[in-house]
Amino acid sequence: MLTLKCPYCGVQAEETELHAGGEAHLTRFGPDSSDDDFETYLFTRENPKGVHFERWRHSHGCGKWFHAARCTMTLEVFGTYPAQTTEPPQDIRDAITAKRPGWTWREFS
Amino acid sequence: MTRYSAFAIAREALRDHAGWDRAWRRATPKKRYDVVIVGAGGHGLATAYYLGKNFGITNVAVLEKGWLGGGNTGRNTTIIRSNYLQDPSAAIYEKARSLYETMSQDLNYNVMFSPRGVMMLAQTEHEVRGYKRTAHANSLQGVTTEFISPKRVKQLVPIMNIDGPRYPVLGALWQARGGTARHDAVAWGYARACSAMGMDIIQKCEVTGVMSEGGRVSGVATTQGDIACDKLGMVVAGHSGALAEMAGFRIPIESVALQALVSEPIKPCMDVVVMANTVHGYMSQSDKGEMVIGGGTDAFNNYTQRGSFHHIEETVRALVETFPMISRLKMLRQWGGIVDVTGDRSPILSRTPLEGCFINCGWGTGGFKAIPGSGWGFAELMARGHSPLTDAFSLDRFREGRFIDESVAAGVAH
Repeated sequence: MLTLKCPYCGVQAEETELHAGGEAHLTRFGPDSSDDDFETYLFTRENPKGVHFERWRHSHGCGKWFHAARCTMTLEVFGTYPAQTTEPPQDIRDAITAKRPGWTWREFS
Repeated sequence: MTRYSAFAIAREALRDHAGWDRAWRRATPKKRYDVVIVGAGGHGLATAYYLGKNFGITNVAVLEKGWLGGGNTGRNTTIIRSNYLQDPSAAIYEKARSLYETMSQDLNYNVMFSPRGVMMLAQTEHEVRGYKRTAHANSLQGVTTEFISPKRVKQLVPIMNIDGPRYPVLGALWQARGGTARHDAVAWGYARACSAMGMDIIQKCEVTGVMSEGGRVSGVATTQGDIACDKLGMVVAGHSGALAEMAGFRIPIESVALQALVSEPIKPCMDVVVMANTVHGYMSQSDKGEMVIGGGTDAFNNYTQRGSFHHIEETVRALVETFPMISRLKMLRQWGGIVDVTGDRSPILSRTPLEGCFINCGWGTGGFKAIPGSGWGFAELMARGHSPLTDAFSLDRFREGRFIDESVAAGVAH
């Protein structure tokens, strides 16, 4: 079972306490955007085998949204961090590099 | 290929079964094929089979990184039905269901198709309205289904408790000609028939790259060397995203784990398939007597092929109210598979931005029932460039907003 540490309340929460919110750090495109951008935003998601960044909500706890960095092949969790950022913080990236040298995810590495 | 028959069994019985051939040849890859199919699961093998049978294309290789039928073909709960709401879905699933009826004769391989009937329980007023709508849509589509009363449900499935306090049975959508088949046999039967047509089925051969020249596919790089081809079919379910990336395009797919379990074997007690979408559970009894129970998907992307305990708990807890007798059953084993889910919960059978490269994926949680129809349509798409069965399932439907929305129509479980 997947467990994630909520970065707000510090609880080591298990999967049933949480709500998965899909891919993290999406740029939201609106009506004035190009067709390509709008289609990609609506439907095309990162689906990596390996390092992935996601949104999660501590729904049966403090109720707040946060981010998690996780491996989709092993369910290993590299770290969690607050939602108020548009990209993974450096300490999370370093933690991933220590375990998965050479990783990339979208434009991040 | 030795033809299987009662006579063949009698003949082999008299000579210590020494005369049985391998069902399919062990093959090493040639330098070049007309068509290469990646993925030797049900959909890939069915595609190869109908390419040969319907279009005479037999210079075909089917590549498989693991073993034949070892992915979702061998991990599903073997349910076959075609009671979908949208017209394109009903057409391809009904084609598949009708091909299942004659598959054993067609392939000369017993796939144990058992048209025992599929019942989808309506346990909320919302579901009653939804399934009545589906029954009406099905009658327009030429798919025989009916909405039946709780009394009839109880007659068909005496072990069911239809007046549970939380999930009372208010009726059901009944497709009498749906049922189950032996999932491994479907893959094995197609593989044997493909091999007999001279196709190469190459196991333990992982594709590591897709080669192209001037925007057209020219071959694949594999762990057993480079293989050239005119046309490439990608039929790799949960791993479609990774393969598409090798070919230089992206697909709107997310991969999640779906799991199932079986109980210890018991005496025959339920001779239909029951699906309860409100509680995310479905159940049938296998020929060995095990209760085969399918559950929900994980809510987050992963490739772990194992599932999680709390989903089993949720599924079984909910089913126990409707089937009180299963509360004393022990679980025998549990497994997971990686399913490829699209935004509208309908598959993608399509050309791709790479000329000569075709993709068949996105069957999500309901691919097994579609195997022959998917193979039939995808073979036509690859041979002719389009197919009436698959045209609506093209990759550009997301861009154009032509969704085949079964996620709302079918609830959750397939």
